[in-house]
Amino acid sequence: MRKFAVRAAVAVLALGASVALGALAFAESPKLGKPITQADLAEWDINVLPDGTNLPAGSGKAADGAKIFAQKCVACHGENGQGGTAVRLIGGPPKATLDGGKTIANYWPYATTVFDFIRRSMPFTQPRSLTDQEVYALTAYILASNKLIGEGDEMNATTLPKVAMPNRGNFVIRFPDRI
Amino acid sequence: MSNKSSNVGGKSPPFEFVAGNGLIDRRALLGRGVAFAGALGAGGAGSLVGAAAEPLVDGPWSLEVGAAIPSYQVPSRFEKTVVRTVDNPNNEPRNSRARTPHHLLKGIITPNGLHFTICHGGVPDIDPDQHRLVIHGLVKRPLEFTLEALDRYPMVSRVGFVECGGNSAPLFSNEPLQENVQALHGLASCSEWTGVLLSTLLEETGIDPKAKWMIAEGADSPHLSRSVPLAKGLDDAMIAMYQNGERIQPGQGYPMRLWLPGYEGNMNIKFLRRVQVTDQPGMTYYESKIYSDPLPDGKATQFYFVQEVKSFITSPSPGLSLKEPGVYEISGIAYAGTGRIAKVLVSADGGKSWAESALQEPRLPKAFTRFSMPWRWDGGPAILQSRAWDEAGNMQPTREQFVALRGQTTKPPNVRGFPGHHFNAITSWGVEPKGEVKHVYA
Repeated sequence: MRKFAVRAAVAVLALGASVALGALAFAESPKLGKPITQADLAEWDINVLPDGTNLPAGSGKAADGAKIFAQKCVACHGENGQGGTAVRLIGGPPKATLDGGKTIANYWPYATTVFDFIRRSMPFTQPRSLTDQEVYALTAYILASNKLIGEGDEMNATTLPKVAMPNRGNFVIRFPDRI
Repeated sequence: MSNKSSNVGGKSPPFEFVAGNGLIDRRALLGRGVAFAGALGAGGAGSLVGAAAEPLVDGPWSLEVGAAIPSYQVPSRFEKTVVRTVDNPNNEPRNSRARTPHHLLKGIITPNGLHFTICHGGVPDIDPDQHRLVIHGLVKRPLEFTLEALDRYPMVSRVGFVECGGNSAPLFSNEPLQENVQALHGLASCSEWTGVLLSTLLEETGIDPKAKWMIAEGADSPHLSRSVPLAKGLDDAMIAMYQNGERIQPGQGYPMRLWLPGYEGNMNIKFLRRVQVTDQPGMTYYESKIYSDPLPDGKATQFYFVQEVKSFITSPSPGLSLKEPGVYEISGIAYAGTGRIAKVLVSADGGKSWAESALQEPRLPKAFTRFSMPWRWDGGPAILQSRAWDEAGNMQPTREQFVALRGQTTKPPNVRGFPGHHFNAITSWGVEPKGEVKHVYA
């Protein structure tokens, strides 16, 4: 039952990761993976990519987000997102240093990360309890309060990836050859 | 380097000093083992023979039947201080960490109960029969795997370290924080990991030629996710299910974790439930904000990934005071996310002179390597340092060199904080005349 990984090897060569060939070429596999349909993995399929890929339907505005924030977020993140037992979400210093001060406005390179993180991890004690509509509204509230979008701007699958994040062009990749 | 010899105590062969302030040729650890062992047990200044022993008696444990053998053994009750330090014992709604007590351990394998743990939403209680691993995205066949299924796959075992990208972060402080090696460097541990290579599973799913990244996700409450270059996934990434021979601990990701040898701990997704193959990184929270650091020039690091060559001395170290002048073994660990450790130099005079330490076998790539160096402390001030090289020639930087590139804080941070990440510069332990060991910058 020795399998030669022709298909995978082609992909590997395309990547230039020739190191993997040795491991792949001799891997014997019992082939016990069960095929799964897109519909069956939908509940887990929550990665949002920075170009907007996989953002769900729905939309939200800051005014709606403010109400949800007051109910579900304020206990940890403080009044107006100024911080509490959990990090500050709104405002902060203009520039991050090693003394602290990384904020959404001055640091995060993509606005899609706000949506992705709220949807997968928040609220801390009840993750995955928010609807996509609520996540869009909270995202709009945080972005508008940080003056990254207008107060009345609607966040949806089209508008969110287009939000200009000031720090995006400011990163240096440590080992480019590893990507 | 000094070549002078000293006949300590008069009865043994002379030590060969190889660097300043009492460093002894590492071959003393091998060639003169008996004399050296005597010296370690002895204490008297300059003496290689201990004080006269007391008459021997049977201890009470030798005069009665011992306890029943337990089904799962734990260390002796006399070892109760050999524990992790936990920073969120009441499980408040925030991150929780437990640090490895390096100063109380030897060898290169971290015992399972002492492996460092960081959880961002507590330790999940996962039923292994209900756990699923899904691989989907830019693959030809999206597949779901059970633990039972993966147990039938060809397994590999490799020894390697996992280190939090924030390990040693207190050394970004502009002033040395008076903490021990557990508090400063306790977010790194080393185990034998056993599991299925991810490349084996990706062969089964097939890969779309457009694929370049993969996003791994855990089944914990934060659904913690990180992006990993697909090249790493096809190189040496493992779906690890066993740790030092037994099922991996809940704190290490039971029932399965992604293990990426040499890459920052947070990417080694625990409780792994999903791998989505993609054409771009997810820019997840942890890679966008946490494991990215501001640089002195105003820019910031991104996708650092590699835990670079590093070493630190575990004994002597703060809390392990020297009781009296005499011969000691300096011992520590070195590791590099780039490969094998090639050599470790040790200094007892704050870097003025250096000598090559003995590297214990096995010396494995991307794993802890134990180094040791015999040293005669004369009772005066000393500054102990270690400096490692990997096989590619990468050198552990001095703190001064590191700070020039990466910066430091302007005021001392909380020792549990993470002002920066990927700190790999030299650590200095200052030995004071009374034998107390302090954290210093030198």
